[in-house]
Order: sequence, then C-alpha cells, then structure tokens
Amino acid sequence: MLDAREAPPAAVAPAARSERRAVEVADLVVRFGDVVAVDGISFHVEPGEVFGLLGPNGAGKTTTLRVLTTVLPAGGGGARVAGYDVAADGLSVRASIGYVPQALSADGALSARENLEFYARVTGVPRAERRRRIDDVVVAMALETMIDRLARTLSGGMLRRLEIASALLNRPEVLFLDEPTVGLDPTARASVWERLHELRAEAGTTVVVTTHLMEEAERHCTRLAIIDRGRIVAEGTPGELRQRHDADSLESVFTAVTGHDVPDEGGRLRDVRSQRRMARRLG
Amino acid sequence: MSAHSVAWPDGSVEVAAPPRPPALRAPAIVRLAGGTAAMAQAELRKIRHDPFDILTRAVQPMLWLFIFGTAMAHNHAIAPGGIEYRAYLAPGVMAQGALFVAIFFGLAVVWERDVGQLQRLLATPLPRSAMVLGKATGAAVRSLVQATLLLIVVAIAGVGLRWTVPGVIGALALLALGTASFACLSMLLAACLRTRERFMGIGQLITMPLFFASSALYPLSVMPGWLHVLSRVNPLTYEVEGMRRCLDGTGAHELALDFLFVIGFLVVMAAAATKAYPRAVL
Repeated sequence: MLDAREAPPAAVAPAARSERRAVEVADLVVRFGDVVAVDGISFHVEPGEVFGLLGPNGAGKTTTLRVLTTVLPAGGGGARVAGYDVAADGLSVRASIGYVPQALSADGALSARENLEFYARVTGVPRAERRRRIDDVVVAMALETMIDRLARTLSGGMLRRLEIASALLNRPEVLFLDEPTVGLDPTARASVWERLHELRAEAGTTVVVTTHLMEEAERHCTRLAIIDRGRIVAEGTPGELRQRHDADSLESVFTAVTGHDVPDEGGRLRDVRSQRRMARRLG
Repeated sequence: MSAHSVAWPDGSVEVAAPPRPPALRAPAIVRLAGGTAAMAQAELRKIRHDPFDILTRAVQPMLWLFIFGTAMAHNHAIAPGGIEYRAYLAPGVMAQGALFVAIFFGLAVVWERDVGQLQRLLATPLPRSAMVLGKATGAAVRSLVQATLLLIVVAIAGVGLRWTVPGVIGALALLALGTASFACLSMLLAACLRTRERFMGIGQLITMPLFFASSALYPLSVMPGWLHVLSRVNPLTYEVEGMRRCLDGTGAHELALDFLFVIGFLVVMAAAATKAYPRAVL
C-alpha cells in the first residue's frame, strides 16, 4: 500500500520528517497592486493533520496556497514548507509537495495511466520506481477500473481522484488541495474525502485544504483556520471553535468572529466563469 | 523576499533546512531534458488518441499547393528559374501549415484548457523553461507529423522535388525549429493578451503578414523594396528558404545562415516566453 515511510529516501530520515512542522507561516502578506489579498497571517500545520483554510471566495485562501506552493512570491513575512523556506529554497519545496489546483489539471486527451506517467516524469520519480509508484497511487485512489480510459471520459469525482493520485506520485510530505470538492455531487465528494482519510491513516501525509464549505470543513478537517478578507479570524479544531464561541455550527462561528454572515457566493466574473466551466467539465 | 525579516514563531531567524529532497538529485539540465521529453511524449500520445485535428489541418496547405499552386504554375513572373512552381511552393505551404499549428498552440492557454495543468506544473520541480520548451516541442511534434503527411502526398502527386535523405531530414529539422520558435512567440502573446478574443484577433493579425511577407509563395526577387526588407527580417523566410535549399535546391540563402537565424529566433523567443508565460496562468 501507499506508505511514504515504508522506504524512506536515504537523504531524509523519517525522524526528521515527523519532528518538524509540515507548514509554518509567519506574518504573510500578499498584495496585488493596491489590494491586500493576504494581510499578515500566521499559522502552522503539524505533520499528519488535515488542515483546512476555510473562508468565502476572495478571502485569500488560494493566494495563500499559491505562496506555499511557491507559485507566487510573498510581499512580506515568510513561510516554510517541509522545513524549506518558500522564498529561499522554492525548488526543494516544490520537490516535497503535491498540489492539486482548483482548475482542471488532468489532461483530458490522455488516458488516466498516461496522466500518471506524465506527472511521475515531471515530478522526478526515478524511472525504476515509476511503475510501482503508479500502482500504489492507483490502489490508494481506487482508480483500477478506469486506468486506461481517456481522462475526458471520467466523471468529476474520478477526475479529482486521478488528480490527487498524480499529486501523490512523488510521495509528498504535504499535499495541498484547492477546493477539491467544488463542482462534485455529494457521492463523489464523500468518495474523495474517504480516500483522503485513508491516505492520511496509511501514509501519514499532511493535507492542507481550502474550502468555502463550512459543513465540509467541520466534518473532515482535524484543525482549521477561518480566513476572512485576508486575515485569520479564528483557529482551532472544529470542536474548539464551536465551544469557544458557544455555537452549534461553524457557520455560526464564522458570523460570531467576522461580524457578518457568510457572503453570497459572488466572486468576480472570471471566478464565476472558470468555476462554471470547471463544473461543466467535471459534469 | 528574504528570510531574515521574518519573525518565526520559534524565535529563530535561520533554521538548518533539511537535506535536499531526493527528487532533485539529477542535475538541472537532466531534469530540463527529461521534462521537455515528457511533454513531447504526452503530445505524441494525444495525436495518437485523436489524429483528426492533424488530418484536418493538413487540408489547408494542400489546397494552397494543389489549387493556388496549379493556378499559378504558368505565371512566369513568380515561377522562378524554370522550376515547377508546385515544387517551389511545397516547402512554403509546409512551413505555413506548421506556422498555423504553432501560433494557435498558445491559444490553448487563453482558452483555459491548460490553466490547471500549468498551475500544477509551476508547483513541481520541473524547470520553468522546460514547460515552455516542452510545449514548443509538442507543437514541433505536431508540425512534423503534418509535414510528413504533406510530403507523402507531394511524393504521390509527383511534384518534382529532389528527394534525398539528408535533404528531407534537414528540411524537417528546420521546420521543427521554426515551429518551436513560433510556438514560443504564441505563448508570449498568450501571456500578454490573456483573453481569447484578443488572441484570436492578434493571431490572425500576425500569421497572415508573416506568411505573405516571407518567400513562402513567391521569391524575394519579385517583391517590392519594402516587402523585401520585411521578409529579410522575417524568420519564416529563413525557415522556408532553408527547407527549399534542402528539398529542391532553389533556396536563396546559405543553409547555415538559415539554421542560425531560426535557432537564434528560437532562443530569444524561448527566453522571453519562459519569463512571461507562467504568469499567464495566475
């Protein structure tokens, strides 16, 4: 089965892997022109957690993830992922993570297996290990029956599992998932989460996930940070947060800590357009 | 951005980073070559799954060759030096077909088809230049398949080219290099324009002048002065002239100059696209 610690690479001792924090973020700021998208946030993620960044569209979740995956430079503060500084050693960060963006990242014109082979090559999986790693992630994400189908013929839930599988080939220390269940029906959602929990139980992979769905965060995250307008307004386990604010749901917690309701799902035209397209593709 | 201004929660300024991850053991140049090869392989597999696109795209150059070429065959002003005009035209329309493949390759990005894939690739250890070179190689692979089809049709139709193995290989090599560089130009444009509507407009605005201001259809010698000057700085001219030298011996330049010009253009375009292209997906 998929076990990241089963055969630790010579360069990284398992002890080192479990003792240090998976993610550390300190006073992170990201600006786009005059807009402050991320406004001085700090948090950390311990190894093996399923950590949720919960907030409405436009809160700064994706921007934070893009800094942590080294795609976007920080405007202030800093972050470490798997022990590496995202600014000073982005390459090592990229070699230690898996990332599934919200937009469709599987190639519909290739078969599921070809998608996996492609990502095994570009994430630097040694040739001798590729076949075994692919077999491992196929089992971990339950892709056996669709492995030779063109990705464009897969359902939304299968595509998501394929994308997550391809992000696991390099046995990442931290797996970043941006809104992994958007556009999926409840059954597909459940199946994606079930696989993620199994992965965590078997391989101890740390998962950092963004979501705007309060209910999903409550049910599946071991710990979470509520993010609103670029700031973290609350942090803790779902239970702690409810208790602290004497609320019966995270939605009430959100209202209590931000002073406003969960905003209507609005977003800019571009976001709406890309989400609808995404939903249509994932059908 | 440097780490020294960061107030880490544990009070540290510098922490000993863990050793480099094993995925980075291979030298950068090996990872660049491997990544580029992986993207080219993916493109070949896509063609195999769905060859329809290649076939339809091969139709237009054939129309130019067999309708325009036949109609113009007796116009002695543009049929140069006694050679059959269709033989003269064949390298031109091969390059033109490839140019269209290349320019519309960038469209994939603005069409958002590749957005998620590119965001994803940006977060892998794949060198950014490999993303651009990989895409460019993909376009070159497509153009090579298309050009091979065209050459087969040309051979069956009995168009009088000088068929030599080094000639065909040289022509295809130049075509691949030219296509890769125009694909880089296309990615650069896609990165700057960002919307499909703008790209469609500019794409048309660029391909037709490139085509007409080159020696694809008629020799440099029949062009008015201003067009002659334009076609002298047009990389497509060098691509076509070099292919012509390889395939029918009428090329007006030295082959080495053609290769140098096209390779130089490729290097400049690849460097510019590497800088700009990843930004297009953010």
